[in-house]
Amino acid sequence: MKRLISALVQDKPGVMNRISSLFRRRGFNIESIAVGPSEQEGFSRMTIVAENAPTGAVDQLTKQLYKVVEVVRATDITEQETVAKETIFVKVRANSEARADVIRIAEVLKAEVADIATESMILELTGDTGQIARLLDLLTPFGIKEIVRTGQIAITRGE
Amino acid sequence: MRLTGGEILCKALLAEGVDLVFGYPGGAILPFYDDLVRNPGLKHILIRHEQGAAHAADGYARATGKVGVCLATSGPGAINLATGLATANMDSTPIVAITGQVARAAIGKDAFQETDITGITLPITKHNYLVMTAEEIPNVVKEAFHIARTGRPGPVLIDIPKDVFVEEAEYVSALDTNLPGYKPTVKGNNSQIKRAATLINESSKPVILAGRGVMISEAENELKNLAEQAQIPVVPTLLGIGGFPGTHYLNLGLMGMHGSAYANLAVDQSDLIIGIGCRFDDRIVGRVSDFATGAQIIHIDIDPAAIGQNVPAHVPIVGDAKSILTDLVPRIDGKNRSDWLQHVDNLRHDHPLFIPESEKLLPQHVIQRIFEETSGNAVVITGVGQHQMWAAQFYLIDKPMNWITSGGLGTMGYEVPAALGAALGRPDDQIWSICGDGGFQMTLNELATIRDEKIPVKFAIINNGNLGMVRQWQELFYDKRYSQIDVKGPDFIKLADAYGMHGIRVTRKDDVNEAILEANAHPGPVIVDFVVEAEENVYPMIPAGQSVKEMVEAPRPVSEAQR
Repeated sequence: MKRLISALVQDKPGVMNRISSLFRRRGFNIESIAVGPSEQEGFSRMTIVAENAPTGAVDQLTKQLYKVVEVVRATDITEQETVAKETIFVKVRANSEARADVIRIAEVLKAEVADIATESMILELTGDTGQIARLLDLLTPFGIKEIVRTGQIAITRGE
Repeated sequence: MRLTGGEILCKALLAEGVDLVFGYPGGAILPFYDDLVRNPGLKHILIRHEQGAAHAADGYARATGKVGVCLATSGPGAINLATGLATANMDSTPIVAITGQVARAAIGKDAFQETDITGITLPITKHNYLVMTAEEIPNVVKEAFHIARTGRPGPVLIDIPKDVFVEEAEYVSALDTNLPGYKPTVKGNNSQIKRAATLINESSKPVILAGRGVMISEAENELKNLAEQAQIPVVPTLLGIGGFPGTHYLNLGLMGMHGSAYANLAVDQSDLIIGIGCRFDDRIVGRVSDFATGAQIIHIDIDPAAIGQNVPAHVPIVGDAKSILTDLVPRIDGKNRSDWLQHVDNLRHDHPLFIPESEKLLPQHVIQRIFEETSGNAVVITGVGQHQMWAAQFYLIDKPMNWITSGGLGTMGYEVPAALGAALGRPDDQIWSICGDGGFQMTLNELATIRDEKIPVKFAIINNGNLGMVRQWQELFYDKRYSQIDVKGPDFIKLADAYGMHGIRVTRKDDVNEAILEANAHPGPVIVDFVVEAEENVYPMIPAGQSVKEMVEAPRPVSEAQR
């Protein structure tokens, strides 16, 4: 099962290494890790998605994350109410013939057209995992040339 | 005041109360060695291999409770510290390692003797730093010592490029640490403490499992109060030895893989385990599903990641052992548990820890004689293996910080340099290093350091000519297919002579006492080569990953069994 971990960390060299190393040590793969400045100057917030990690092991790992000196907070938010989204760019094959169909799909799924070239288009979508999977499903028949994803960012709801 | 990075480092170390460092010079750290010449307040011990510097700093820290400091140059020097750092990390020992690094402009260019030591030591230190400007040094040093000695202590490494040692900066003594992510919990949660008290008061068959955290937090008196007031037997972990008097009637000695049968049985039959400052390590627990199945578990530790790591805790309490026990003990009813204690005594009587009757020179006998001839007052350092287990069984330690052994990492070779560090930290105490002949050969290069510093360590080499614990496992689990266990050493008496030490060889049981007395009376370092029985096994034994049900006790002579 996928686990979603949110961490507030000091913005210093090597912090990412210390955190990812705890996953590596156990042979867990990190599906995505998204980092950016937080509401506090000098601190970043990370959202980590770990795949195939047993719950018990993640509890233990979260405690060990918390032991990293630069980590101020680390929480497994998988079971919590969250808003979790990611952004994807998809470069899809679309010549003049296919273009209208791709634009139609983009409209229905609320994706933006970020760029149009003679043989391809770039769509941009920010959404949850399901929305992104739907977009990819519908675009696959056209031929997907390239995908770039930010990885999920997640925030807990309420206070 | 403008000073060089090296001068600032000296001031920062002195400000932390450092007066002794163990190290080895080399290219990248040369500027700092030049500063050491002008700072005699920082006494430097020139070891013979950097691994020895880390172990010596570790032994010093365990023997004194202070932070040990070691130095090494970049590349191979720094990497050689790794075993010592990992040893300290597993056993929660506060050390600060300072390594030279290649000059800033050369970092990342595969420069001569460059190695990414902060990368290498990341998982084996509590924290580490790469210092890129001289002006950072005071704060980094202050933070490093703070991190090393507080919370669950551990090693911290500071890597300093060569040109940072010579860079000038305005010296401002460290103001305060800036560690927003580092706030070890000291005070235990009150409602958890109340729950723990209720469990203890309701328990009729409790045991205490006491780890090294008891000594780190100086909670020995609180532990004694708890045990005596509530009449609870105490089982120390291998690292917890000394936190509760070894000769106390409530002390059951070591449990686990080579613990006494009665300690293992008592824990197995208990209805409550109060774990204090310990990790419930796999050598104690064995098969988790069969561990003390009738017992609830209270787990007190300052490291939240240690709680529930191996066995689930019914009442977890994160915090400092002394603080928590101080809050807990007044809530504990004085209780008569004579039925339980009588039962434990019966276990002790029916499953005794004993030394087989023999005319041969048995290793257990040697250790027991050392215990008696030093009145149990020596600081004992051990290596790793059979001799370590026998020392834990038969040298009963009454005082904290008198037992120094590599538990978590199980580092052979620890016994020589750690003894050097412990002896420098405790100049007024008798220092006995109980060594295996295998481990001793791993680090005997430090004998030169011991000779130079005129350190009166007594080395008792439990010399069975083979890797005893490996041999025991091969005998029991590999059908006596002995593979690569003959580690016959040099002539240890000639070796003693070569290093300018006194050497004594003992081959007969009758000569043991005299040799120990002679070693104790000798003013300098002594190597006693006890040529012991080669194929003696450590009992009892619970094979790895198994439970008390599979415990193998020593074969007992008929007379003993009938008693």
